[in-house]
Amino acid sequence: MKKSNIIMLIAVILPLGLFLFPLWKITLEAPQYPTPLGMYIHINDFADANPHDIKNINLMNHYVGMKYIPEAIPEFKIFPAGILITSLIGLIIAFKGNYKWFLYWFILMVVLSGAGLYDFYLWEHDYGHNLDPKAIMKFTNPDGTQMGFQPPLFGSKNILNFRAHSYPRLGALFLGLGIATSLIAYLVGRKNSKTTEQ
Amino acid sequence: MKNILKPVAAFVTGLLVLTSCNNSTKQSNSKSGALASNIAEKVYVSPGEHDEFYAFISGGYSGNLTVYGLPSGRMFKEIPVFSQFPTSGYGYSEETKPMLNTSHGFVPWGDSHHPDISQTNGEIDGRFIFINENNTPRIAKIDLQSFETTEIIEVPNSAGNHSSSFVTENTEYVVAGTRFSVPIPQRDMPIKDYKGNFQGALSFISVAPETGDMDIKFQVLMPGFNYDLSHPGRGKSHGWFFFTTYNTEEASTLLEVNASQNDKDFIAAVNWKKIEEYVNNGGGTMMPAEYAHNVYDEHTHTATSTIKKEVRVVNPTDVPGAVFFLPTPKSPHGCDVDPTGEYIVGNGKLSANLTVHSFTKMLDAIENEKFDGEAYGIPILNFEDVLAGTVEQPGLGPLHTEFDDQGNAYTTFFISSEVVKWKVGTWEVIDRKPTYYSVGHLTIPGGNSRKPQGKYMFAMNKITKDRYLPTGPEMEHSAQLYDISGDKMELLLDFPTHGEPHYAAAMRADIIKERSKKIYNLEENNHPYAAKSDADTKVVRDGNEVHIYMTTIRSHFSPDNIEGIKVGDKVFFHVTNLEQDFDVPHGFAVLGQNTSELLIMPGQTKTSVWEPTKVGVWPFYCTDFCSALHQEMQGYIRVSPKGADTPIKWSMGEDIE
Repeated sequence: MKKSNIIMLIAVILPLGLFLFPLWKITLEAPQYPTPLGMYIHINDFADANPHDIKNINLMNHYVGMKYIPEAIPEFKIFPAGILITSLIGLIIAFKGNYKWFLYWFILMVVLSGAGLYDFYLWEHDYGHNLDPKAIMKFTNPDGTQMGFQPPLFGSKNILNFRAHSYPRLGALFLGLGIATSLIAYLVGRKNSKTTEQ
Repeated sequence: MKNILKPVAAFVTGLLVLTSCNNSTKQSNSKSGALASNIAEKVYVSPGEHDEFYAFISGGYSGNLTVYGLPSGRMFKEIPVFSQFPTSGYGYSEETKPMLNTSHGFVPWGDSHHPDISQTNGEIDGRFIFINENNTPRIAKIDLQSFETTEIIEVPNSAGNHSSSFVTENTEYVVAGTRFSVPIPQRDMPIKDYKGNFQGALSFISVAPETGDMDIKFQVLMPGFNYDLSHPGRGKSHGWFFFTTYNTEEASTLLEVNASQNDKDFIAAVNWKKIEEYVNNGGGTMMPAEYAHNVYDEHTHTATSTIKKEVRVVNPTDVPGAVFFLPTPKSPHGCDVDPTGEYIVGNGKLSANLTVHSFTKMLDAIENEKFDGEAYGIPILNFEDVLAGTVEQPGLGPLHTEFDDQGNAYTTFFISSEVVKWKVGTWEVIDRKPTYYSVGHLTIPGGNSRKPQGKYMFAMNKITKDRYLPTGPEMEHSAQLYDISGDKMELLLDFPTHGEPHYAAAMRADIIKERSKKIYNLEENNHPYAAKSDADTKVVRDGNEVHIYMTTIRSHFSPDNIEGIKVGDKVFFHVTNLEQDFDVPHGFAVLGQNTSELLIMPGQTKTSVWEPTKVGVWPFYCTDFCSALHQEMQGYIRVSPKGADTPIKWSMGEDIE
């Protein structure tokens, strides 16, 4: 087996870490929560950072009319399937493929990940803006529009008395490493093929 | 001229030196300035910081146990034990009423005295704290995860459960020695026939190693003296228990005089391991007795009370070598064993000296059968044979002794209002400090174990007088905290205590604070009337009983409107708090209720009974400020006339159809 194919095989295996580790974490800090509330987003699940955090996030958020964080979302079925399918494709490429296919897989993964992030953004936007009209508390921005409570896609942001943090976790790192490794596999493959051609 | 100047110069210099000496002395005695603020710093705990020690102080006639922090002297909690407590509904809610059941029926008050923390290998383990009730003899166990009373056992054949509730070094037993001797079994007889007819029961309550479940393993039926205080042996004396006695005269009237006639009373030394062995081999007899055993189950959030019908009693003369009397002057009160287990201090409260017995000498005297007669078949040892030494004239009215980790003892003197520090072994007085005023017990963290944790000592005083702003004739008692880390004790702080504190148990906070429970898990709530979500809420009529399965969460009750209740009904509000967040309880009260409010912890279910006597629409509400919309957390219950046909209906979020 060629060195580039071995690297490609590693690239394909790495994203499977998503099934072991959380993809993302959102943390909400406020004075009355000495232990911040937190939520992990796995490829197929939402999980408490500390016991009952999601329940307590829901309780806090209902004052401004935010919906309860659902038990499950359709993405929890689509994303794992997507990862499994791309991994299968990746495996075939790693065993059979030419280095050029490594680049196609890389592009495929970047596009799909981008789509996933965009979907996540849309979900967050809906969660933070689609508020119950009978909400107990109504807040407006200085320009008079309704205040949104969307957590940041990436980074930290103040939302009323909370400071919200949103950062990738180990699962995302594995995915990113896998994608980057596939590019390396492509570059190594290309270099080798050039050397052979010479 | 020179000759004159010289001595003058020397004199002046001498004066200056003396003056400056004086100044420095003055400064160190001064209560103002930099040095005083140094004392303040020693007890100051910055906002958000935690105290280094927990102190659990008995409430005496409050019936409860209070939790303090040291060195700040701040009170954190009052734990209801033997008394009804409207703050939480303890003893009022249906689930906790059984905790106060006794063979005399529901007893809503108690006189709590001596808390003691469970131990493993002679060291404080912080799992449970035990406390005795003097008036209606009971022993309670408090779980130090929930800081709630989880078990109470009544002690039969006992009266004035005072020489309690001290634990052996692996918490094998909690003892409950009777202060008053009584007829055993109780019967109608002339009081003047006390002598020779009354007996004193020393009860050994076993504690299951894993669960902490209590059970009266056996009672030793002793002569009719008063058994005042007790202390377990430890280290070399592990396996023995020591009890002070007074009224060895066996007087039954005007004890002030008649029980103070004997020059020496006794410390009863009980080899409990020997009696345990005897009992394990079938020794002792089962005697009819009636006593309540109340257990709180954290999963059903409900207590059950069982009346037990018999108890195993042991006649000490049936177990030779198990019980001996050590003569101790005069009317000893405190009975304290040093951390090595060698020295047994008998604080003769009417004696000028402090008597210390030697465990080794005691064993030696027993082995050589050097007895000085007997009392009711129990051998009396020679005073001189067991005496380790005396602390000569240390003060007036010695009561209690605690030990530090440096081989020193600290004894309280009630009459002369002071704490005296003395060296164990040499019996010399090292230091003395006044208390304000009339000190009873004192406590050193871990002081009742093989490994005292030192650093602080606090005295619990009976009289407060001018120490705080006056609050009318009744004032909370004062406690005083001393730094004992140096050679000399240093008074750091006065702080008020609640009720009439007797003993206290204290310990390093880090042993238990991380284990403290934050919520009850709703999934583990097995209360038969729990509603674990708003979907489970309902109102069920069963004859004239109506059971309301109700939930609370910020900021509503479900249901919040209820109809179909009639005058003469017995309405059970079973309220489940759906919260799962630390420190978010909800309260419940309904107008005209004849009990108390409830305070329901996250994940917990509590039940309040309401028997409406008047037709109307009556509000109920949350009593604990729970959220921004706490004031809106309310509901109505409609009461129709007796015999009305208003159907049972309930709703939340919409009008009742």
